[in-house]
Amino acid sequence: MFQNIKVRTLIATVITLAAVYCFLPTLYPSLPASVKPYFPSNRIHLGLDLQGGMHLVLEVDTDKALEGTVERLANAVRDGLMEKRVRFRSVERRPDNTIAVELPNREARADLEKVLSDQFPDLEIQSAEAAEGREKISLRFREKRIADIRKTTLDQSLETIRNRVDQFGVTEPEIIPQGDDRILIQLPGIKDPKRAIDLIGRTALLEFKLVDEEHGLEEALRGNVPAGSVLMKGSREKAEGTGTRRDTMYLLKERTLLTGQSLENAQVKISDRFGEPYVAIKFNTQGAKDFDRITGENVNKRLAIILDGAVYSAPVIKERISGGDAQVTGAFTMEEARDLAIVLRAGSLPAPVRVLEQRSVGPSLGQDSIDKGILSTIIGALLVFVFIVIYYRWSGVVACIALLLNLVLLLGAMALFDATLTLPGIAGIVLTVGMAVDANVLIFERTREELRAGKTPRAAIEAGYAKAFVTIFDSNVTTLLAAVFLFQFGSGPVKGFAVTLTIGLVVSMFTAIFVTRIIFDSFTWTRKIEKLSI
Amino acid sequence: MFELIRPDTQFDFVSKMKAAVIASVAFIAIGMASIVYHGGLNLGVDFAGGAVVQVQFQKEATTDGLRSALDGVQLENSTIQAFGTAENREFLIRTPETAADLKLLTDRIDSALAKAFGAGTYEIRRVEAVGPKVGKDLSRKAILALALSWAAMLVYIAWRFEFRYAVGGILALIHDVLVTVAVLSLLNMEFTLNTVAALLTIIGFSINDTIVIYDRIRENVKKKIRSDLRQIVNVSVNETLSRTILTSLTVFMVLLALLFLGGPVIFDFSFALFVGVVAGSYSTVFIASPFVLFMERFAPSKRKRK
Repeated sequence: MFQNIKVRTLIATVITLAAVYCFLPTLYPSLPASVKPYFPSNRIHLGLDLQGGMHLVLEVDTDKALEGTVERLANAVRDGLMEKRVRFRSVERRPDNTIAVELPNREARADLEKVLSDQFPDLEIQSAEAAEGREKISLRFREKRIADIRKTTLDQSLETIRNRVDQFGVTEPEIIPQGDDRILIQLPGIKDPKRAIDLIGRTALLEFKLVDEEHGLEEALRGNVPAGSVLMKGSREKAEGTGTRRDTMYLLKERTLLTGQSLENAQVKISDRFGEPYVAIKFNTQGAKDFDRITGENVNKRLAIILDGAVYSAPVIKERISGGDAQVTGAFTMEEARDLAIVLRAGSLPAPVRVLEQRSVGPSLGQDSIDKGILSTIIGALLVFVFIVIYYRWSGVVACIALLLNLVLLLGAMALFDATLTLPGIAGIVLTVGMAVDANVLIFERTREELRAGKTPRAAIEAGYAKAFVTIFDSNVTTLLAAVFLFQFGSGPVKGFAVTLTIGLVVSMFTAIFVTRIIFDSFTWTRKIEKLSI
Repeated sequence: MFELIRPDTQFDFVSKMKAAVIASVAFIAIGMASIVYHGGLNLGVDFAGGAVVQVQFQKEATTDGLRSALDGVQLENSTIQAFGTAENREFLIRTPETAADLKLLTDRIDSALAKAFGAGTYEIRRVEAVGPKVGKDLSRKAILALALSWAAMLVYIAWRFEFRYAVGGILALIHDVLVTVAVLSLLNMEFTLNTVAALLTIIGFSINDTIVIYDRIRENVKKKIRSDLRQIVNVSVNETLSRTILTSLTVFMVLLALLFLGGPVIFDFSFALFVGVVAGSYSTVFIASPFVLFMERFAPSKRKRK
């Protein structure tokens, strides 16, 4: 095809230079600004196992979100029935997320159906039975709506986590949904995995409720919680002097007056009096109006500030607060306060999340792995070089040039594809060196056979390449097949291995067949060679 | 010319097939017995769930000290193991326990260490915590990946060669995977995600080897120089023998470099690869090639080539 040696040399040179060009930004991340625009922005990324960082798989508890929605809907149905003056005995959410409606008589059912079709198109009647003159009707969500809610919950969680991670300041984070209810998070370079998990995994639901001061806390603690009120734990407050933390209990009105959704901003501030950090929050326009009204109506009462079901503080409202500013205090460290401000700004998660998988690698271990990986690649390659040169003499040198070129092209291609290099990926490179030489071994063995059969060096090389090509092709395609499945199966590090192995194999076909042939041809075509050093 | 194998070598591989098959089957049987004896494979956290924590201490620490620290938080069923060389003061803590929320599990280990040794006197260098749900998913995916890769190769070889070749090749691959698993079980080594990656690589490497010999058999059959298939298989294996040995040697060299210089994190992976490459080279010569002959007895090649 390419008979002309010069043309072939030109092709090989261009490809090699292109590979070097692609790889340069990876090798020198801080290129001077004057030349930077001329180089590609693509480069080889280091996997979490090499640069340190955290890999997390979270499960979003979409059931919880569904429960919350059904609960709200049940309340809405109750209100709807009252508004239309439909008589009913009870409207309750059941654990299986259906709504049980009990009507006093058959006539009320028609009214219920009318309310449903007018106001609640998402609900359908699952079953109805008449017993002792009452109608027991069970309502359920339409299937499609349930799927919608789950999907929305996952999407919102993703969005919130993205916001939080962005504000936390992680370079190149990866946050992607997996399946119906999972989120995969990769945070390179994280030094404190525990803090990161706390930040990401926290629901961060901020609520404002009034303290129930009409009923006694003691009585409620004994088990008689009045209707419309709830008991809630205080956040862990520092007891004076001892440094240990104790739990305090609060009796609160059940109704939530405001939530974190009405927030516009949250910032860490240091209190003048104690020098302790706190989080200053600012409500948005509607939130500020509501806050103004709530504080105005409840002067001299205590307003509890609750985060994820724990009361952080319950200050007395001294006067109406306009302007929409408030603060969350609670004996925070600076770091805690900063993280709290981040989660409040980023918004709350629509449902709790659980950690299903956590893998983290410290930066020092990553550096260790890089050093060891590079060392074993160099030593491995050297061993192969020495062996091949001893065995094949000058032809072996040609094979080694091909191997070196193979490494350069492999790195260039990886940079071009923005590939990620992992520890098994380095193993893949080492292995590629071992396997790439195979193509040359096949060619050389074939050539030796042809020489033995009495052919001239030039004819032997020609036949050697021609016959070995089919073999190399078939054997590499099958190996590629295995690599593809590796890629499909793999997560993180394993995927990195599949990537280097695949690119390495493809590149080796080029260097071992195309490039070495140029060298051989240029020798055997231009001068008369009696004996081949093979 | 430097030659490992003299070109006129005529080793009768086919006659050794029966012995080779018996040896392989016996070895795999021993391996299976070992798996049963150990109560299944020694599954790592990737598949069984649980946590591995790699921790490095600034001062001297002992496994006993670590154990008593963990006893305090009901993690006494963890195994503790020194990791790497002694002067590194590194340990691996493995906990089979899983929790619905893994954050709590790793927090528990961390706080136990902080309490016993003091915060800041150690560094948690690596955490791998996998919940039971993910473990199950990964197991399923691993088996699927292995099976699908076998199937894909069966199809490719059947297309490029003949179906009986494909069956021989796949049998050799299954052989390699089983032998590797057997060795891992005999040494009671852990079966992790990296092990699966190693197995898939072994499949890739071994089939590469097998194809080279099949290719030669295919070529010699076409030449029709020798009509006896048994003869052709033998000649083909012998003709490609020096290549088989050379390539295996170069791969061994790089694997040895990985084994001894790659560090403890990747040791298991390199080791599994090493075993697999040995098994792969062996099975190519003694299992895959003679199998073509074995099939010939039951289903002779219909289309005699031109």
